[in-house]
Amino acid sequence: MHKAYRYSLGGKTWEFRNLGELMARATPARSGDRLAGVIARSAEERAIAQMALAEVPLKNFLNEALVPYELDEITRLIIDDHDPIAFAPISHLTVGDFRNWLLSDHATSDVLAFIRAGVTPEMAAAVSKIMRNQDLILVAQKCRVITAFRSTIGLAKRLSTRLQPNHPTDDMNGIAASMLDGLLYGSGDAVIGINPATDNVAQATRLMKMMDEVIRKYEIPTQSCVLTHVTNTLECIEQGAPVDLVFQSIGGTEATNSSFGFNLATLAEAEQAALSLKRGTVGNNVMYFETGQGSALSANAHHGLDQQTCEARAYAVARKFNPLLVNTVVGFIGPEYLFDGKEIIRAGLEDHFCAKLLGLPMGCDVCYTNHAEADQNDMDNLLTLLATAGCSFVMGIPGSDDIMLNYQTTSFHDALYARRVLGLSPSPEFEAWLENMQIMTNAAGARLNDHLPPAFSSSLQALPAVNSSSESDTAEGRRHG
Amino acid sequence: MVNQPEDWNGVVDNPWRRLRSYTAARIGLGRSGVSLPTRELLEFQLAHARARDAVHTPLDLDGITLQLEQLAADQPLLNPALPLHLHSEAVDRMTYLQRPDLGRRLSEASRVLLQQEQEQDNVSEPYDLALVIADGLSATAIAHNAVLFIRELASAMASSEHRWRLAPISLVQQGRVAIGDDIGELLNARTVLVLIGERPGLSSPDSLGLYLTWNPHRGLTDAWRNCISNVRPEGLNHPEAARKALYLLSEARRLQLSGVNLKDRSDDTPLEQQHESGSFLLG
Repeated sequence: MHKAYRYSLGGKTWEFRNLGELMARATPARSGDRLAGVIARSAEERAIAQMALAEVPLKNFLNEALVPYELDEITRLIIDDHDPIAFAPISHLTVGDFRNWLLSDHATSDVLAFIRAGVTPEMAAAVSKIMRNQDLILVAQKCRVITAFRSTIGLAKRLSTRLQPNHPTDDMNGIAASMLDGLLYGSGDAVIGINPATDNVAQATRLMKMMDEVIRKYEIPTQSCVLTHVTNTLECIEQGAPVDLVFQSIGGTEATNSSFGFNLATLAEAEQAALSLKRGTVGNNVMYFETGQGSALSANAHHGLDQQTCEARAYAVARKFNPLLVNTVVGFIGPEYLFDGKEIIRAGLEDHFCAKLLGLPMGCDVCYTNHAEADQNDMDNLLTLLATAGCSFVMGIPGSDDIMLNYQTTSFHDALYARRVLGLSPSPEFEAWLENMQIMTNAAGARLNDHLPPAFSSSLQALPAVNSSSESDTAEGRRHG
Repeated sequence: MVNQPEDWNGVVDNPWRRLRSYTAARIGLGRSGVSLPTRELLEFQLAHARARDAVHTPLDLDGITLQLEQLAADQPLLNPALPLHLHSEAVDRMTYLQRPDLGRRLSEASRVLLQQEQEQDNVSEPYDLALVIADGLSATAIAHNAVLFIRELASAMASSEHRWRLAPISLVQQGRVAIGDDIGELLNARTVLVLIGERPGLSSPDSLGLYLTWNPHRGLTDAWRNCISNVRPEGLNHPEAARKALYLLSEARRLQLSGVNLKDRSDDTPLEQQHESGSFLLG
């Protein structure tokens, strides 16, 4: 890579071998950067690195690729798609100036939308490293990113939810039970999205058909997605399956994505295939991407960069393909990348900020695993902060417990809490549907109907009476045991 | 003025809770306003506490050693030697959680122990199988499942067509899956089967994972392993898990390989059989 960066203070000179190392040393502490050996070696070194980074002109990021242009198609995408006209208003700034500029009253929602295509992921990552949590919230809240398919995501004072009705054996009635629970709690306007337990084309098609039939029968203004590999979804489309959104996990280096088994051309093909189905009603954003700090390191494809910079580079991939939704699965990867509640919260706010600044419809899987030093209180904190920052959507799952993926994310109840305390509504199409279906008496106020909505009570009445079962016995046993 | 029904406890119940017959998901929890009712909140906390304890409770070396000794007396197929007590390079749980690389490597003292063990074993013929028990992310999974699974596996192997010569069992603290490759190599075993505590879920804190490697040696990746997951009475029960494990062990021995080229065809019926995409929501 390129030149070294030096910073002198009090007779001592600190040296950073290149821009990538400077970025890594300036990053707020987290376990994944420690694991990679790129973390600052002392708190003082981190503070100095942040001072040095603040003096770096934004222009340097266009000339000093952190991953070589020749080796990496994402670097080529970032450089080749950079828009000098959009960049013009900020081209004279350093990273430190850029923070001030973003926080200034001059940087309105319209101005931030104008400069979007001039901001590279590395610029966003760099400035985020010298921003406090409140800065990340304040600027993200000014960024407006609106996308649509059958519902509209990202309007002001709205918070959407992905209904995630996973089941460990993909049992159709088990999935339907979680879907019903979610719908009756007002969840699902971003997407109804299933992580399949059995990951193949036949199973994905079965799940797509099931969700499609439910969406049509109850006329729900939402979209479905099976979170299977992009090549599986392409095959589903070829076989005539009802595909609304194409899913893929993405990373910020070409090598990460190779390890995931796709490249940019695959995504382009998938977007075109899904668009050709013309299934959207109010918009045509057909892609759903998931990201998360640490994926590049776990694929050993991080090129010596810190994990947050790699994460921001994934947003260059996402924005090329006009997604309806992007989701940072922030606490899923485990404590070797984000150790505790503090690190998870910081990462969630960074990811949301960088994505919004770059123009993505960013949501967050506010989540943790049982081997991380985190609990529900940490998730309450992050959910409240992100909802304040204007996060596009969060997950919704029965009682926060994903019995398929074995981790905890936000519940249907959690989303209603956030809507209530912050006065947020679901997407306008879904809000109207919730009231028409008598699920909510006042969707804007998150007021649920105390009585079972008629359209769903008939489905429930058609069920054979259930006496007892192993699952409900287990639940009882838990209560008394 | 408070206007409320008599005996009102603040909770709106959900009549669809009975759909729990279809799923272990926490559906139909009811609500206080839009929030979780007290009883459900406390139940969740208990489940999380158990999952946390599963991660942080140390492996009960003495208890498992005693059980394995008793088991070896009942099952002549098992090596009668005392289990080997080993440790990874991760010195404690906090290190283990943040440094997966250290959990994959044996400590120097453990390497020496295994080398001595190998020198004492005068037979030059390799063992057919080394069983490795590692705490992984849930010592609770080991405590609940490891010995019971080995009992089922040993009796299934005793009546299989092959003769199996087993190495002494290894008990590893702060171990990850790949440490089995080190152990298998040092013990001169053709196959290693690692029994390891899986990442605990809120509703499944004691799930055991089984990882098989043919010709184990240091530096192999996951592509060389076969996995059997969710071994516990409420998941894949012990006799079923033993049947699957023996199938894979026999196939690995026959084909002299493991990993992506060794397919588990022990079940040729699909996981579940039901209508194409039907559910009660569409009824």
